Amino acid sequence: MEKQEYLDLYREMVVIRRLEERAAELYQQGKIGGFLHLYIGQEAVCAGIGSVRQPQDRIITAYRDHGWAISAGMDPKVVMAELLGKKDGCSMGKGGSMHMADTSLNFWGGHAIVGAHIPIATGLALGDHYQENDDAITICMFGDGATNIGFFHEGLNLSKVWNLPVLWVCENNQYGMGTAVERASAVSEIRQKAEGYGMPNDRIDGMDVMNVREQVARVMEEIRNGGGPHLLEIMTYRYRGHSMGDPERYRNKEEVKKWEDEDPIGVFRKYLVKEGVASDEVLDEQDDLAEKIIEEAVEFAEASPNPGKDLLFEHIYAEETSIEYRGYRLENESEEN
Amino acid sequence: MADLVTMPKLGFDMAEGTLVRWVKSEGDSVAKGDVIAEIETDKATVEVESSFSGKMARHLVEEETTLPVNAPIAVITAEGETLSDEDIDKLVAAAGGEPKAKKAEAKQEPKEELKQAETPEKEPTAEEVVKEGVQPVGGVRSSPLARRIAEDKEVDLKKVEGSGPQGRVVKKDVEAYLDELRKEGREEEAEVVEKVMQPVTAFSPGKVPEDEVLPMSRLRQAIGRRMQDSNQNFPHFYLTREYRTDKLLALRKEINQLLPEAEKISVNDFILKAVALALRQYPNLNASIEDDTHIRRFGHINIGVAVAVEGGLMTVVVSDTDQKPVRLIAREVREMAGRARDGKVRNDDIQGSTFSISNLGMYGIDNFAAIINPPEAAILAISAAQTVPVVEDGELKVGSRMKVTLSADHRVTDGAEAAEFMQVLANYLEEPMRLLL
Amino acid sequence: MARMTMREAISQALWEEMERDERVFIQGEEVGVWGGTYAVTKGFYDHFGEKRVRDTPIAETAIIGSAIGAALTGLRPVAELMTINFAFVAMDHIVNEAAKLHYMFAGQFKLPLVIRATSGGGRQLAATHSQTPDAIFAHFPGLKVVSPGTPADAKGLLKSAIRSDDPVLFIENATLYQTRGEVPEGVDVLEPLGKSKVQREGDAVTIVAYSKMVQAALQAADMLAEDGIEAEVVDLRSLRPLDMDPVIESFKRTNRAVVAEEGWRSYGIGAEVSARIYELAFDYVDAPVKRVAQAEVPLPYNAELEQLALPQTEDIYRAAKEVVNG
Repeated sequence: MEKQEYLDLYREMVVIRRLEERAAELYQQGKIGGFLHLYIGQEAVCAGIGSVRQPQDRIITAYRDHGWAISAGMDPKVVMAELLGKKDGCSMGKGGSMHMADTSLNFWGGHAIVGAHIPIATGLALGDHYQENDDAITICMFGDGATNIGFFHEGLNLSKVWNLPVLWVCENNQYGMGTAVERASAVSEIRQKAEGYGMPNDRIDGMDVMNVREQVARVMEEIRNGGGPHLLEIMTYRYRGHSMGDPERYRNKEEVKKWEDEDPIGVFRKYLVKEGVASDEVLDEQDDLAEKIIEEAVEFAEASPNPGKDLLFEHIYAEETSIEYRGYRLENESEEN
Repeated sequence: MADLVTMPKLGFDMAEGTLVRWVKSEGDSVAKGDVIAEIETDKATVEVESSFSGKMARHLVEEETTLPVNAPIAVITAEGETLSDEDIDKLVAAAGGEPKAKKAEAKQEPKEELKQAETPEKEPTAEEVVKEGVQPVGGVRSSPLARRIAEDKEVDLKKVEGSGPQGRVVKKDVEAYLDELRKEGREEEAEVVEKVMQPVTAFSPGKVPEDEVLPMSRLRQAIGRRMQDSNQNFPHFYLTREYRTDKLLALRKEINQLLPEAEKISVNDFILKAVALALRQYPNLNASIEDDTHIRRFGHINIGVAVAVEGGLMTVVVSDTDQKPVRLIAREVREMAGRARDGKVRNDDIQGSTFSISNLGMYGIDNFAAIINPPEAAILAISAAQTVPVVEDGELKVGSRMKVTLSADHRVTDGAEAAEFMQVLANYLEEPMRLLL
Repeated sequence: MARMTMREAISQALWEEMERDERVFIQGEEVGVWGGTYAVTKGFYDHFGEKRVRDTPIAETAIIGSAIGAALTGLRPVAELMTINFAFVAMDHIVNEAAKLHYMFAGQFKLPLVIRATSGGGRQLAATHSQTPDAIFAHFPGLKVVSPGTPADAKGLLKSAIRSDDPVLFIENATLYQTRGEVPEGVDVLEPLGKSKVQREGDAVTIVAYSKMVQAALQAADMLAEDGIEAEVVDLRSLRPLDMDPVIESFKRTNRAVVAEEGWRSYGIGAEVSARIYELAFDYVDAPVKRVAQAEVPLPYNAELEQLALPQTEDIYRAAKEVVNG
């Protein structure tokens, strides 16, 4: 990598970190509603994978998706606007935190139902296989919790039966909501489940972005060479609760502290300084720049207008179709006009 | 620059939280990320971290206080910054908060307003209270289509025989009826009926004034509260009786010939006396419920009279009505009513009534029922004395009759007793000489 | 025009659309080598090959889920659920994903997907294999739900569904596959989604039906005609969007209606249609709307009991007579 690429990667991780921290504050101020699932602590995973994926590779993930939105190449302004439910958000305020997407960047969201996107990922790869986009890989992220649901089984099985180019990535942050992995999964290492499908699998450390890059690039090469689907279990940790409002009764402070000592941003900083790629001062500048980017994103989002009433009824169908019922108020309103 | 810490939203459905414990005391240093307090929500107790660094300058709330999300809870000043209490108050006020800690206060009871009389609003009379089950529209079971056709053709549905289930009139029944009309040679009637039905031309109203919204006067509001309380909470029942007022009117006329203009006696004054005397024999109607378990029968008989004033009604009270001569009653009522209308009513004028009377006779009201004035047990509604055809001794004659309706509280009295009271009242009203003795 | 069975009509539609557009492909259980459990896709595998006629494991969420994913990449999959009873396994993907992805991402996700499923009872398959839960799926905005009652409509509607850019649930009826009818020839002969159709004209009573009940209604109409009652049969064809125009137009003339469906009565299609009749044509109502539907029981195996529970031609005939005379 060139020096600038390192700095960009570092800054991307800080941008994600600041985005999440700022989102938490906005949530507590009541400006973000619904659920908010923070990616803090897991930045190395999305930044690492994002930095080695090719444009033709498709990314699809679950609801802890803000980091993935950034790593897929989305503008923090548009992400922040979506969090605030504004019209300039990537989903025009109609999706919210769990539904970030930009198909022009080959980023297919952002999905709320645990595991439901897994068979869809199988389908994305099926589409590439069918249309002979032989270079394309579908990269599907899901958490440790999702590996116990039926969708996981059906999606992975079919991907192997049809030999589809899918990189199945389990971001194992040790907890499915409030349930530790060992209380929910029959096997202690998620990657073992792939054995049941005869699928190649690995387990790697996800707190070191350079390690993630290297390992993922290797596995992707195999898939691109026709190796079929591969399950990659990436060990990581989320420093905050499952979502805002999680009282975190299921783990103690010492455990969180232990993982915080391996903060991926801190780990990467140490690496860059040690390797002489950049000094602390230069990295501090990147921190400031990230801070500025996020502040601008918040300003942009707050200045963005709310989606209007008309947007309520748009995008239900792709084709021009009559609305069956606009609700009592709006139905009567239109009769008066 | 000082920073304001607010009650954080800790869950997507959280509306308020309780600050259970301050971890950082006033004066402590605070670094960003330090825990400053513990907040309890419906779901859990959560530690709250500071987003700012500096010094905990002021706790805005005490421990165990419950506040809505976004309410200010603390002020953190920057290193080396000192703020006066005023500055802090301003900062908090600017954010829309309260400068001092606020515990939940008990709601204050609304002050008791002046005792008010009932409103002469549209009340169904005792006779009109419908006790039957749900009736079909207009009393005839019919389909919407049949009704529409009948309306168009001016057919009275009651005349049409229904062939539908449960005798429902349907389209073909209406059409059959119309056929019959024609067949029976009443083509003219049918034609006239149809000719008369011109298409309705479009109607456009002229200039219509804007709605007017007026604030309710305190008097009106108080009346409203009391009437609602009475109407909803007490079991009212109603008795109406028609009194022969020939002799009463004649007596009054005779007496008034002897009195100066300013002292003339009204029919109502006689009624007050009559009622007071009757109440002596029916103390249950001159009573009030206490604690839901006791009835207080009043020693005094103080009759309240409803007087119309600007913005509502007032009840002026004649104390010991049973003991006062009619002439004195008349004077008192006149004076108090005058004061009431002039807005100079005295406390004694309006306090202490044990039974009330409302008279709408001067408006030509045929009959009405009033709402009891709590905490009284009953109220009498007096309507107009009218000249009407009456039957006496099997012959049709002309007489004077006045309807009176008693509204009584069924917790204190019942139909038989109230009816007897009305009967005894007749003795006084119909033989008014007794009032003078 | 050619006379053919509904099975043949559906098969023809699929074949023609696959020939016409490379992006159209089929996937489901036993659709390939077996030729389809209702023989709809017989011969497809040999002609189109395994890439375009894909046998899947018995894994409904994967069948529908991967069809969704494929549609997102620009393909036009026709996923098959062997019966609609198995749709419940994939309920999330049908109503939470297919129906909502376009909306939740403000139009970024296109879902030109068709899900074919067979509905209905009457073949002694017992309760879990005999349901008509059409109303449940029609409840969800974002989904289009169609169900043909005649071979001509089956062909025309399926073509429109495949060519539509929206997710369409295409509900067939097992006992209708062998019914025959006239079907126009031509690759581009389409029937529009979201439009009802008058299948028989009359002036005494409006019978609203769809799918199997259209056939039953037409038979009942013949019986009524012998009694001098000419019934108008309106075939909904589409449950969402629901086209009430021909129904109301008919009702304004007849003032009486019967709604027939094979599903259960509570919360069913008849409930929606009659509510709308009252909303849109109250002043034309000369009698309450009658609903003919399945008895509210899980359907039993015993043949006689099963037929007792299912709505029959006789039921529609009698309901129509009552509503005319009542």
